[in-house]
Amino acid sequence: MSDAAPTTPAPISDAERAELRRHGILLTSLQELYTWGCSNSVWPLNFGLACCAIEMIAASMAKFDIARFGSEVFRPSPRQADLLIVSGTVTKKMAPQVIRLWNQMPEPKYCIAMGACAISGGPFKQGYNVLKGVDRFIPVDIYIPGCPPRPEALLHGLLEIQKKIKGFQIAGPDAPRHLRSDLECNCPVPEFGAHDIEPTANPKVWTAPVIVRSEKG
Amino acid sequence: MSISDLSPLSAQGGSHVRAVHDEFHGDLLEVSMGPHHPSTHGVFRMIVTLDGETIVKLKPVFGYLHRNHEKIGEGTTYLGSMPYTDRLDYLCSMTNNWAYAIAVEKLAGQPVPERAEYVRVILAEITRLLNHTCLAGFLMQDLGCSGTPLMYAFREREYILDLFESLSGSRMMCNYQRFGGCRVDPSADWLEGAKKLTDRYGAFLDEFEALLTGNEIIMTRTQGVGRLSPELAIAAGITGPMLRATGVNYDLRKVDGYGVYPRFDFRVPLGAHGDVYDRYMIRILEMRESIKILQQALASIPTGPIMDPKAKLRGFRPKAGEAYGRIEGPKGEIGFHLVSDGSPNPYRYRVRPPSFINLTVLEDMCLGHTVADAVIILGSVDIVLGEVDR
Repeated sequence: MSDAAPTTPAPISDAERAELRRHGILLTSLQELYTWGCSNSVWPLNFGLACCAIEMIAASMAKFDIARFGSEVFRPSPRQADLLIVSGTVTKKMAPQVIRLWNQMPEPKYCIAMGACAISGGPFKQGYNVLKGVDRFIPVDIYIPGCPPRPEALLHGLLEIQKKIKGFQIAGPDAPRHLRSDLECNCPVPEFGAHDIEPTANPKVWTAPVIVRSEKG
Repeated sequence: MSISDLSPLSAQGGSHVRAVHDEFHGDLLEVSMGPHHPSTHGVFRMIVTLDGETIVKLKPVFGYLHRNHEKIGEGTTYLGSMPYTDRLDYLCSMTNNWAYAIAVEKLAGQPVPERAEYVRVILAEITRLLNHTCLAGFLMQDLGCSGTPLMYAFREREYILDLFESLSGSRMMCNYQRFGGCRVDPSADWLEGAKKLTDRYGAFLDEFEALLTGNEIIMTRTQGVGRLSPELAIAAGITGPMLRATGVNYDLRKVDGYGVYPRFDFRVPLGAHGDVYDRYMIRILEMRESIKILQQALASIPTGPIMDPKAKLRGFRPKAGEAYGRIEGPKGEIGFHLVSDGSPNPYRYRVRPPSFINLTVLEDMCLGHTVADAVIILGSVDIVLGEVDR
């Protein structure tokens, strides 16, 4: 439980704490208790999109057993879920529903973009009906490359989410989105326009990358 | 809409139809199931109109996974489309590859060496085991046995995927077939592994069946539910296990006799009722026949080249013309129709997706049943949305 990076000098050293624990006294901070609880019970939304969903199911089955990391409870309702695994291709027809699901999830919530399609459109990027990355609309915490990624890669992504949660501060300016009242949690849901979905991206979470070309080129 | 506008349901059969009383009726309820619904096998949506719990109308909504596969196929080379076919029906990439390879080989007049034909049969039958096992697991999940059957199914799936991975380098997206053969030659160790899998798969099926087939709850829930008549099945172009569950003897492995299938001794299981239980049983019985084919193929696989030495991979340009290649995939007849104008890309690339066409009779099967039955009827159709929407 000592993974969290302390900002202020701890009133008691790790060695002293270990000594206390040896005597059966558990000394911890509220922040550590909070992040420890949050990080070990990340419940994913039971939501499959395409090919990657099969590997997501495989990760929850016998051989890979996501239950070892406290995430076996796949909830069908977004109201009960903490983690949105965007497992597959997001098409323009599906994008509003994905974003609506994200908005329906209560904070704290996290998002994994699983597979090439969710990250960038993947092999279907050249087509007319596929989003070029779900991160244009919702904030993505972890990207897992692969087509589809192996279940081990998904488990690695989950461990990275847990690491991220363990580093959270529960107060102050470094606190995450859900602990601050000045940050907006919801993402606007796009609508079907004449040619594309409108707007085509959420400027609060995504801006087009600036391509810098070298002079030598 | 009130219930008096609809025709009485008794003509549709089914045990759950209640009499329509015009003077004493409630309002109809429209429920949108999907695209996010745990039982729709992906992003499929059904708009169901309910009278109480009974379905009086069902409207399927597709297109949530439309990835413009066919349009991309017109813009890439013939070989470049092969990895895209993996992603059509992402549970059975090997059979998709084979159907596409057959279409292009027909177009280009490309022969295939005998060893490659055997390897194709072996891989297709292993894929059939994989697909039917997963389907049985998912169907049981839809029925309400959360967990156990699906866990058993996915345990076996991992053994099969280990074989696929050691052969092609990828678990799901194999991209293994080529025009005029296969990409790599399976080693003796690999064939030994496939033989081991085949030998112990029967024991797994026995275990699986002991758990499920005679289970009283499963029989009550599935027998007589979602009946499909053979006439309607033929008229709607239904293929695969769904058609054979209605009692129609039509299996492309026997009808076309493509590949080296005529050399193997196997039977085609047929159903008698065309209900959900028959569709489940047909798949279990087909797996047992697949094991028989696999044992024969693995015992008699010849040595020789895996690729036709004259096969052309780079700069592949078939002469102008068109061809339709089809095989009996695990879900039904999967076919590719290609029109060539002599350029490196196909002029038109069309997929005949079995699960999309099998889905067209969904409303006919669901009418008069309860909304909980619609979930298992959809589960028994065996759809994969990558193929339905393309």
